Amino acid sequence: MSPHDLTPPSRLQARFATCQAEQRAALVTYVMAGDPDLASSQALLSQLPAAGADIIELGMPFSDPMADGEAIQRAGQRALGDGQTLTRTLAMVSEFRRQDTTTPLVLMGYLNPIQCYGETRFLTDAAAAGVDGLIVVDLPPEHGAGFTARARDLGLARIPLVAPTTPASRLPALLAQGDGFVYRIAYNGITGRAGGAPSGDMTSALAQLREHTALPLAVGFGIRDGDAAAAVAGVADAVVVGSALVERLDTQGPEGALTLVRELAASMKRSAG
Amino acid sequence: MTDYPDIHGFFGGSDGYGGRYVAETLMPLIGEIEAAYDSARQDPDFNAELAALQRDYVGRATPLYLAERLSAHAGGAQIYLKREDLNHTGAHKINNALGQALLARRMGRTRLIAETGAGMHGVAVATVAARLGLTCTIYMGAKDIQRQQPNVQRMRLLGAKIVAVESGTATLKDAMNDALRAWVASVEDTFYVIGTVAGPAPYPRMVRDFQSVIGREARAQIIEKTGRLPHSLIACVGGGSNAMGLFHPFLDDPVALIGVEAGGEGVESGRHAASLNGGSPGVLHGNRTYLLQNADGQIQDAHSISAGLDYPGVGPEHAWLHDSGRARYVSITDTEALAAVALCCRLEGILPALESAHALAEATRMAAELPPEAALVVCLSGRGDKDMATIIEHLPAQEADL
Ligand SMILES: Cc1ncc(COP(=O)(O)O)c(C=O)c1O
Repeated sequence: MSPHDLTPPSRLQARFATCQAEQRAALVTYVMAGDPDLASSQALLSQLPAAGADIIELGMPFSDPMADGEAIQRAGQRALGDGQTLTRTLAMVSEFRRQDTTTPLVLMGYLNPIQCYGETRFLTDAAAAGVDGLIVVDLPPEHGAGFTARARDLGLARIPLVAPTTPASRLPALLAQGDGFVYRIAYNGITGRAGGAPSGDMTSALAQLREHTALPLAVGFGIRDGDAAAAVAGVADAVVVGSALVERLDTQGPEGALTLVRELAASMKRSAG
Repeated sequence: MTDYPDIHGFFGGSDGYGGRYVAETLMPLIGEIEAAYDSARQDPDFNAELAALQRDYVGRATPLYLAERLSAHAGGAQIYLKREDLNHTGAHKINNALGQALLARRMGRTRLIAETGAGMHGVAVATVAARLGLTCTIYMGAKDIQRQQPNVQRMRLLGAKIVAVESGTATLKDAMNDALRAWVASVEDTFYVIGTVAGPAPYPRMVRDFQSVIGREARAQIIEKTGRLPHSLIACVGGGSNAMGLFHPFLDDPVALIGVEAGGEGVESGRHAASLNGGSPGVLHGNRTYLLQNADGQIQDAHSISAGLDYPGVGPEHAWLHDSGRARYVSITDTEALAAVALCCRLEGILPALESAHALAEATRMAAELPPEAALVVCLSGRGDKDMATIIEHLPAQEADL
């Protein structure tokens, strides 16, 4: 047993335990920090749990998000245009934690702003702000061992991304640096494409993953509505909805976004059990 | 110095530059490219086909030409031009495009994608795709499409599909983002032909190797012509592929290496593309290198009159050569580059690309301070036909200076 097994990222673990007891998958909602401006983004964040978000994924805007489609690219541009910085994103988490101490929150983004802020300083400040986990899109396990070790020391989960292209031979190395949950990307591509119902391949891919890890399995990319979320909830432990929510926020404002979250949560609950 | 990169793709050790910082979807695929490339390099048939096409299709070896009137004008060292502008398609870019396209075909890929700035790499990829019977899509910033029309038309004629990239600053960096994004979505049949010594490992090494034919030829040619090694090598640096190709075979020689970045309106103006002179280390497009970025790690716009140098990063091997002091990096402004275009036309009857003109400007400046026995080898990386619109727009102001 490695030391980190003794200090698991507890909010994530507790939330997955609750969902499991309720025999349903967790709903993970992605929004971009500071989109379209700091005040409204902070307000939306605080309303997501009541609308049905089990876990919050908060995007850290980057000028050159190479794995993201137009919706998330534009959300990042709006946030940066409003002056969003990593310092502000971390402050948003602190503010969120003043009223919510149970909803897990994970930050998702790219390596350069983190390195610019300083890796160790970032990890320390993220842990202090109440962040539970980190998804760093462009930090593969080949280069991430030191980062992961420091994150673990601070009780931060490093959530690994697994792609359809990932061969079984890569899984041990990837999962050895993984905590919290595993994020299985639904298709080969960037965020924001419609993915449709989970294929048989997805079911067997998740079964294969379960042979390698006891961590909960989340599926994301391309899940745009309640039906798709319910279908994925039938095979996975968590469902991640990002671009659809970010688009809804852009076109219909925070109320529209929260309505989508309620629909997703309701649809997933109806189909559970 | 020629041992790098290490097996993880780093130049100068694991806290150096390079690496493979990409999304998981691409990781396995890029590993496959590395394995295929390493096996191809050991395969005499692959090397023989590459050499035959370099000779009969590209037109190699390119001449090393003594620019007598330009040297006389500078009034010091002898300036030799490595004539990459005489390659088929008019620039050094085809050396690399050909190598990667042969590798793609060997891997069973049927489709090539590429980013392009000036359009020279795009034209080179479209050309070799036509030659090898592969389909081809080129990503090009909307702003660059405007300023490089002849190349856009030419790529279409060659059968390539052009995707206008509107995101970000609509230049080379954004074209590279969108090419990477498109690649993630088409990993099974598509090979991404990166046009410079940047991107995730193994690209910086692979592109350098395919471009090193420039330096190998130049080294033999200058020794044959002058009986010894040159005083200095001078090349422009966008991503840095023509420079790396020229420099690499000389890394262990007592020869000064000078990379010329695009100074735009001057490095102190903040409007430039000089990542080494005006940037700081960070991670972009799959590698750790020097970048133009703000205090929050957001990538900043580059500026250069030359589309091919208008990139806010630089190849990781240059970052390491810079830090280690083995190479020296200077910058040349838009105005100085334009003056060098005019000078080279008038004195040598050669229309250089705006990119290459940055190297020429530095060479003329350096030559004036050196004795006539010193030889400077300048990489004339491409021809300037593509830049005629830009040059004519700015020429009147320059003519007064001649
Ligand atoms: C003629 C020419 N020279 C130089 C460059 C810059 O690229 P690199 O620095 O990779 O040689 C370009 C890029 O488009 C080019 O077209």
